[in-house]
Amino acid sequence: MSKKAVSTAGPTEEANVSCPAQNAQAPINALLSKEERIELHRKMVRIRRFEERSLRAYQAKKIGGFLHLYIGQEAVAVGCCSLMGKNDHVITAYRDHGHAIAVGMDTKALMAELYGKITGCSKGKGGSMHYFAPSLNYWGGHGIVGGQIPLGTGLAYAVKYKKLKGAAMAFMGDGAVNQGAVHEAYNLAALWNLPVIFVVENNGYSMGTSQARSSAGPGLAQRAEAYGMNWGTCFGHDIYEVRATMDKFLTLAREKNQPSVVEIDTYRYRGHSVADPDKTYRTREEIEEYRRTKDPIQLFQNALLAEGVLTEARIEQIDAEAKAEADLAADFAEASPFPTAEDIQKDVYWETDNPAQRASKGRLFFD
Amino acid sequence: MANIIEMPKLSDTMTVGTLVKWLKKEGDSVKSGDMLAEVETDKATMELECFFDGTLLKIFSPAGSQVAIGAPLCAVGKPGEVVEAPAGQPAAPAAAPASKEEPKAPAPAPVVTAPTHAPAPVAASVSEQSRAVGERIKISPLAKKLADEKGVDPSTVTGSGPGGRIVRADIEAAAKNPKPAAKSGGGATFTGGAIGAKGPVQIERAVPVSTMRGVIAKRLLESKTTIPHFYLEIEVDAEPLLALREQLNKGLADAGVKLSVNDFILKASAEALRKVPDVNASWHGTEIRYHAAANVSFAVALPDGLITPVVFNAHEKSVFQISTEAKSLGKKAKDKKLQPAEFTGGTFCVSNLGMMGIPKFLPIINPPNAAILGVGTTVTKPVVKNGQIVVGQTLTLTLSADHRVVDGAVGAQFLGALKSVLETPALLLV
Amino acid sequence: MPVITYREAIRAALAEEIARDENVVLMGEEVAQFHGAYKVSEGLLEKFGPDRIVDTPISEAGFIGMGVGASMLGIRPVMELMFWSFYSVAFDQILNNAANVRYMSGGLINCPIVIRGPANGGTNVGATHSHTPENVLANHPGVKVIVPATAADAKGLLKSAIRDNDPCFFLENTILYGEKGEVSDDPELLIPLGVADVKRQGSDLTIVTYGRCVLHSLAAAAILEKEHDISVEVVDLRTIRPLDFDTVLASVKKTHRVLVVEEQKPFASVGSQLAYLIQREAFDELDGPIHRLATIDAPAIYSPPVEVEQLPNPQRVLKAALAALA
Repeated sequence: MSKKAVSTAGPTEEANVSCPAQNAQAPINALLSKEERIELHRKMVRIRRFEERSLRAYQAKKIGGFLHLYIGQEAVAVGCCSLMGKNDHVITAYRDHGHAIAVGMDTKALMAELYGKITGCSKGKGGSMHYFAPSLNYWGGHGIVGGQIPLGTGLAYAVKYKKLKGAAMAFMGDGAVNQGAVHEAYNLAALWNLPVIFVVENNGYSMGTSQARSSAGPGLAQRAEAYGMNWGTCFGHDIYEVRATMDKFLTLAREKNQPSVVEIDTYRYRGHSVADPDKTYRTREEIEEYRRTKDPIQLFQNALLAEGVLTEARIEQIDAEAKAEADLAADFAEASPFPTAEDIQKDVYWETDNPAQRASKGRLFFD
Repeated sequence: MANIIEMPKLSDTMTVGTLVKWLKKEGDSVKSGDMLAEVETDKATMELECFFDGTLLKIFSPAGSQVAIGAPLCAVGKPGEVVEAPAGQPAAPAAAPASKEEPKAPAPAPVVTAPTHAPAPVAASVSEQSRAVGERIKISPLAKKLADEKGVDPSTVTGSGPGGRIVRADIEAAAKNPKPAAKSGGGATFTGGAIGAKGPVQIERAVPVSTMRGVIAKRLLESKTTIPHFYLEIEVDAEPLLALREQLNKGLADAGVKLSVNDFILKASAEALRKVPDVNASWHGTEIRYHAAANVSFAVALPDGLITPVVFNAHEKSVFQISTEAKSLGKKAKDKKLQPAEFTGGTFCVSNLGMMGIPKFLPIINPPNAAILGVGTTVTKPVVKNGQIVVGQTLTLTLSADHRVVDGAVGAQFLGALKSVLETPALLLV
Repeated sequence: MPVITYREAIRAALAEEIARDENVVLMGEEVAQFHGAYKVSEGLLEKFGPDRIVDTPISEAGFIGMGVGASMLGIRPVMELMFWSFYSVAFDQILNNAANVRYMSGGLINCPIVIRGPANGGTNVGATHSHTPENVLANHPGVKVIVPATAADAKGLLKSAIRDNDPCFFLENTILYGEKGEVSDDPELLIPLGVADVKRQGSDLTIVTYGRCVLHSLAAAAILEKEHDISVEVVDLRTIRPLDFDTVLASVKKTHRVLVVEEQKPFASVGSQLAYLIQREAFDELDGPIHRLATIDAPAIYSPPVEVEQLPNPQRVLKAALAALA
């Protein structure tokens, strides 16, 4: 399922990102300080511990609805988001916890949101699939497969319209690539040269349907060729490779307003959501094999140990801190109040939330 | 097994009847043909006949109750037999089907209510579109509010809205005229004094709309608002008629016969209908029915309304027969003893206010008739006869006709025929 | 005041707001070079250039979604749907994303987008092009729905919509585009959303309506007065959400009889909602049931003379008004 390619269909230069050692040497990585490298590691660990803790809370009936875990894919969100400048924006689908932590959201607010508490990042109104942090250029968190991709294109449009140097990263899963809205967005982005990177996090399964059973054609990223767009692929278990690859496409976007499709091969260890059966479409061995050989945290940890950036003790400390943070987040969430019935009709209209500035009259709510 | 006797359908428009009085009591032995009770329908008070021999085992509907057609009234069976009261029932068929339709399956239906205090229930239920006591009053929310404000009891008001719904206008009208017309008497003579000093005309009170008033209100409103009336009048020289009548009454006084002007008019109407049969018709939406018989009805004033008994086949009857029949019908009407068959089925109606001194008036058509004749009083006045002004006796006849059925020319022909018959009254005797 | 068409009034609103606020852009199929499928945007490309007047491909889900995304970042896009009927292919963008994003973000994100275009039957374009989705749209808390009947209203309301911070859905009418009326050229004359307009005073019957049915109702009201001596008050809602129910209520309290006229399919329509509200809040004022005249309940028929009968028209309004007064 892994492909390695960078298209030359667009004006992209040939990018050689196939060798991990070379990835580490890529300028965007080579320039990383020791602490920055540790921070990448820490973020991945924090994501994983947060999600493991949320799974326990889910099973303890603290969390309602769906819980789509990102465990196994951490290097993608952390790698991509670590490249964000102040005019870069991120939007993703419903498997959004990793990106939220990667952009810097507070895990207490994230956990509280899962618990449906007023202290949650969306005041308990969005839930697991709908995390937002506009102040961190993080635009969600969207529940409908592929529905966020036109929005991400719109973020890029706005950046360009405002003549800012920036780009939007619009994340989607491999299950989204067959949605019409995604292709419409591709077309618009290519037609209007919008600074957007469509990031396909290919974890092999759209819910329980493998790529082979759902998507025609030679590859998911390659579909960009039909629109004359740049495209590339990379391995998502190597955070250096993710950064090196994405950096090239981000630069094309920011500097030349060129959109791209980047397919990042990755894997999730958990079911589509934690409530879904996981063994009907893949084997336990397949999961174990990936975990053993390609776990992104383990691989990066090994690399940092080899680089002498991390020690075993530091690793344990980071892990203990991440667990403690996750526990703290759960405690915070537990201790927080739920929204009240009066909160239900807040945050619906800007005007009713800002009554002093309301221009319209008449009833906005009905019973 | 006891026989359950149910509220019978006693008139074309009846949906409920009021059980006025039981003539037998529980435990009495009864036989077929006995009268069990008196039932007031929308038109008359009728007797409830027993069709079984046995004992009146159980009365389900006490005197005073309003009972829907088909609902059980009593049980007749073998002495000592136990009868259960029919089990809990759905409400009376408030929106009963069209009047012509016989209710199917008179399933044990309900006693509508049994007011325990009212001595004689008066209530409004009169037709398929109105209500029984205890049944919901159909009233618009606004009308209800207005009724409260103005102190009008909606149960006394007949609704003019769809389905008999009481609407604002009905309440406003009721509030303006809260009293029924004064019965008589006391006609205050104007003395020139301050009007206010003499107090009100009568005691202010609200009188519930009787069954009959309800029917009148509904039917005549419907008539006046849905039938395109037009009016014709003609003056008849009454001298020959009055002379003939006087002569006959003198000659037949010993036999106890006294013919009224109205008897002649009924007969003359039948003759005119024979000559202009297009008037003897009725409108039925998709068809016009022309009737073979001249069944001439006549309006009889009653203390709380009026009713129109029918002289059937008047075209085949002599003035004398008509006179006898009309007298009998008039008495029955006043005694509220008319049977439905005696006041339904008219094809033409005569309304006579002549005896009350009204020179002429325009009556409202009594549906489904195509026309109604208004008969005024005989007036003594100068007339021109043979080029001379002489004192003559005249009578003004007006015809209110349904333009859907009868056109002006036809109406005119009818009045012409009537005039010619009345002015040659001897022909009515042959 | 200048007398201009409804089309020109919308164009004037667009031009004024585009000139006033650099974040306002007009986007849609054929809005620029082609001058608008119904010529609403004629001349705007020449005046404001291709950055502000943007032709999109036929790709409603894509470009509406793009507009929603751009609005989250502070652009104020006015998106033209050539027909509102095409909303169905962009439903997810309009009613999942635009309508919900503020709520799901706990109030952190605004979506100041305007989506506009004609939504009407009566031009024999068949069922696919004749949808009137104002009820569907207004069913989504978070959105505003505007249906102007006159040129002046179209201008004043569109300007308010463009300046509004919530998603506004503006439903025009191809048959009204040529209707003329007096329209102010004051660029600061706005008509606030949520203010109904009594287009005709009356005392016997209230007709609550909006959009083109306002014209039908006024025509029927004139006949009712002349031929039946019935005085009809015509309340033009102008906006469906927010809803100026106080004006409706005042009229109902005055006339006590109500007819709702709408170019909607009857089931769960705007009229259904009005009827519910009226009966609840003016129950004791009603002298008869609330009546409604809607489009005859079937997909829009093509056959030209029959479509006239399927839709509300003055004769149908007249009949319905008489029934409501029974």
